[in-house]
Amino acid sequence: MQRKKECVAMLLAGGQGSRLYALTNNIAKPAVPFGAKYRIIDFPLSNCINSGIDTVGVLTQYQPLVLNEYIGNGQPWDLDRNFGGVHVLSPYQKKSKSAWYEGTANAIYQNLNFIKMYNPEYVLILSGDHIYKMDYSKMLRSHIENKADCTIAAIEVPLKEASRFGILNTNPDGSIYEFEEKPKQPKSTLASMGVYIFSADKMYKYLEADDNDPDSSKDFGKNVLPAMLNAGERMFAYRFDGYWKDVGTISSLWEANMDLLGESPSFDVADTAWKIHSRNPLAPPEYQGENAVVTNSMLALGCEVYGTVENSVISSNVVVEEGATVKDSVIMSGTVIKKNASVNYSIIDEDVIVEEGAVIGEDKATAKGIAVLGRKIAVGEGAKVAAGSIIDKNIKSGEEA
Amino acid sequence: MSAVGVIFSNIHDENIPELSRQRTMGSVPFGGRYRLIDFALSNLVNSGVTTVGIITKNNYQSLLDHLGSGKDWDLARKTGGLVLLPPFGAMDSGLYKNRLEALKSITGFLTRRNEDYVVLCDCDGVYRMDFSEIIDYHESKQADITMVCHPEELVNYASYTVVHSDESGRVTDIEFNTHSKGISKYYTNIMVIGRKFLLNIISDSIAHGFKSFREDVIMKNVKSFKVYAYNFTGYHATIDSLGSYFKHNMELLNKSVRDELFGARDIYTKVRDSAPSKYGFSSLVKNSLVSDGCVVEGTVENSILFRGVKVGKGSVIKDSIIMQDTVIGEGVKLNCVITDKNVVIRDNRILSGCEIQPYFLAKGTMI
Repeated sequence: MQRKKECVAMLLAGGQGSRLYALTNNIAKPAVPFGAKYRIIDFPLSNCINSGIDTVGVLTQYQPLVLNEYIGNGQPWDLDRNFGGVHVLSPYQKKSKSAWYEGTANAIYQNLNFIKMYNPEYVLILSGDHIYKMDYSKMLRSHIENKADCTIAAIEVPLKEASRFGILNTNPDGSIYEFEEKPKQPKSTLASMGVYIFSADKMYKYLEADDNDPDSSKDFGKNVLPAMLNAGERMFAYRFDGYWKDVGTISSLWEANMDLLGESPSFDVADTAWKIHSRNPLAPPEYQGENAVVTNSMLALGCEVYGTVENSVISSNVVVEEGATVKDSVIMSGTVIKKNASVNYSIIDEDVIVEEGAVIGEDKATAKGIAVLGRKIAVGEGAKVAAGSIIDKNIKSGEEA
Repeated sequence: MSAVGVIFSNIHDENIPELSRQRTMGSVPFGGRYRLIDFALSNLVNSGVTTVGIITKNNYQSLLDHLGSGKDWDLARKTGGLVLLPPFGAMDSGLYKNRLEALKSITGFLTRRNEDYVVLCDCDGVYRMDFSEIIDYHESKQADITMVCHPEELVNYASYTVVHSDESGRVTDIEFNTHSKGISKYYTNIMVIGRKFLLNIISDSIAHGFKSFREDVIMKNVKSFKVYAYNFTGYHATIDSLGSYFKHNMELLNKSVRDELFGARDIYTKVRDSAPSKYGFSSLVKNSLVSDGCVVEGTVENSILFRGVKVGKGSVIKDSIIMQDTVIGEGVKLNCVITDKNVVIRDNRILSGCEIQPYFLAKGTMI
């Protein structure tokens, strides 16, 4: 009997995420920290294992070091398997035509051998830049019931935002009759989530054809999906109505973090029925000092708070010293906010040092944007970082940036 | 240096019967997210020991659940790694009654190893110690046995073994249940011993029908064996009662203690994938440790919250240790209370103990 997997997931994690600016200078977007202890990739990986999919190829290309190190052997997600498990797939040298991944479709095309090793009936394509909890097994069931060749997960978006997405126009039975990539005048508000299930043989066929087309930009949304639709293949939309957020921009990353807060948060990571697995920080419990005031916030292990934290998401091993205030901000692990410094409406990356009395950002009510400090930066004593500025180098004491 | 670790997980179970009724001393929760065995185990691993035998005899479900394959301590190895040593034997041999019988039952394990030394540890200590320094000391003294000792002014002598040594560090006398005054050097229940030497004294004591490792083997031979005392001056706490359990947990609120134990971030424990802790609009936490997965809406002062604890609005928790998954309703007042795992305290209850005798709620109690 040949060993096989019913469904193999391929996670596109090669994107640079250039709209996250300083936050993705040295790491790939899926490795960007989120929600005090997670990285973005924890969500699709946890969704996979929670949906019973135990074979995942992660396609990386841009700055893969942190991502590779983080994924490791996949043990935190229970994806260390003898047959299957998680595998990091980077572009590789071939006898002829060695190339970087040129587009989403090309990345999968270059790794067809990986997929075929498991002889799957279905292939699930995922992207590594969304925060959501989704049961892919339900989507797979609907794909099978519809006898579809391709099923695209879709979500209702507000009309004014619809032109940022790939829009699906569907018949009452859910089958797709038209696919519009970022339309100026959208006919519907059903947007593609970038989550596809293909019947494996159909996908192989269209990827081969796409690779032979010199004019194709080798992209699923622009080339492969329209080609399948034109050829009359059975394509269906699978409606998803949970929380789903693209965290590809500074403001959406900030918003998604804030969505975790409050008594009934729009997105709940503490849901034991759908656990989000991650590589856990090695740290003691968080400590709050005599004068600490922490309200409506989330703190991860190893934090030491002596000052004030309000409406913020604080990752592991962050120190907020006496007299310092952090408000409406996201602080990533290892960062130190020294005495009497103030941080407002900001995102601060890992291992940043904000020296005494420095002022980062501005009150959310009046600020014109989110202040961002990149990885391992030092902001000198009494320095000032204006609202909305994105900083990726050290700032001397007293300086304004 | 090559050493194998042996941890006695059950030896001090009687110290805190409240907490060890359904678990071994090794799996007693400590410090918000640890179990007592994590200290011995992490120190061994961090000292370069890659094979650790865990001796256990009863109540060890929670211990096995905690240890798993040993991967959280990097002890899931092809060669060596974590070796569980539950009671073993045929027909007449059953559960061992003391340390010597436990050692007799693991001679097979010790014989098959090829390391030079054995580090023996109990699970009643909280410390961060580099055992490779102790082995260096052991080698430099050409000792047969090195007992790790800690100087401290003792209160409850009944549970300590006091060691006297000469200027060279050689042990001259060992006492227990003494009533000496002032600072004494007590034995931390951590010992380095040559593996072959240990095997020899085990077979010798079988031949002589000895009953006690401490009295028949060590104390009687203190002059003929080369027994040395290694003076460990870092933080060491012995958990010998519910009162000292409470006291030493609370010492973690002291930054210097916390930094010494956890500053290097190398005390490992089982990970549970809990979400980060959340604090509500009305939460106020002062001088406290809070582990992951907690939801705090009330006031917490001078306390330690383990993983997954919920504190409702208007509740005030003072000087208390609240273990894993305890749910505290609204308007509750707690003072010097220790709750074991999965306790539920309903709205508006008021419970109070005192520092030397904290009020204890057993696992799963609903009040």
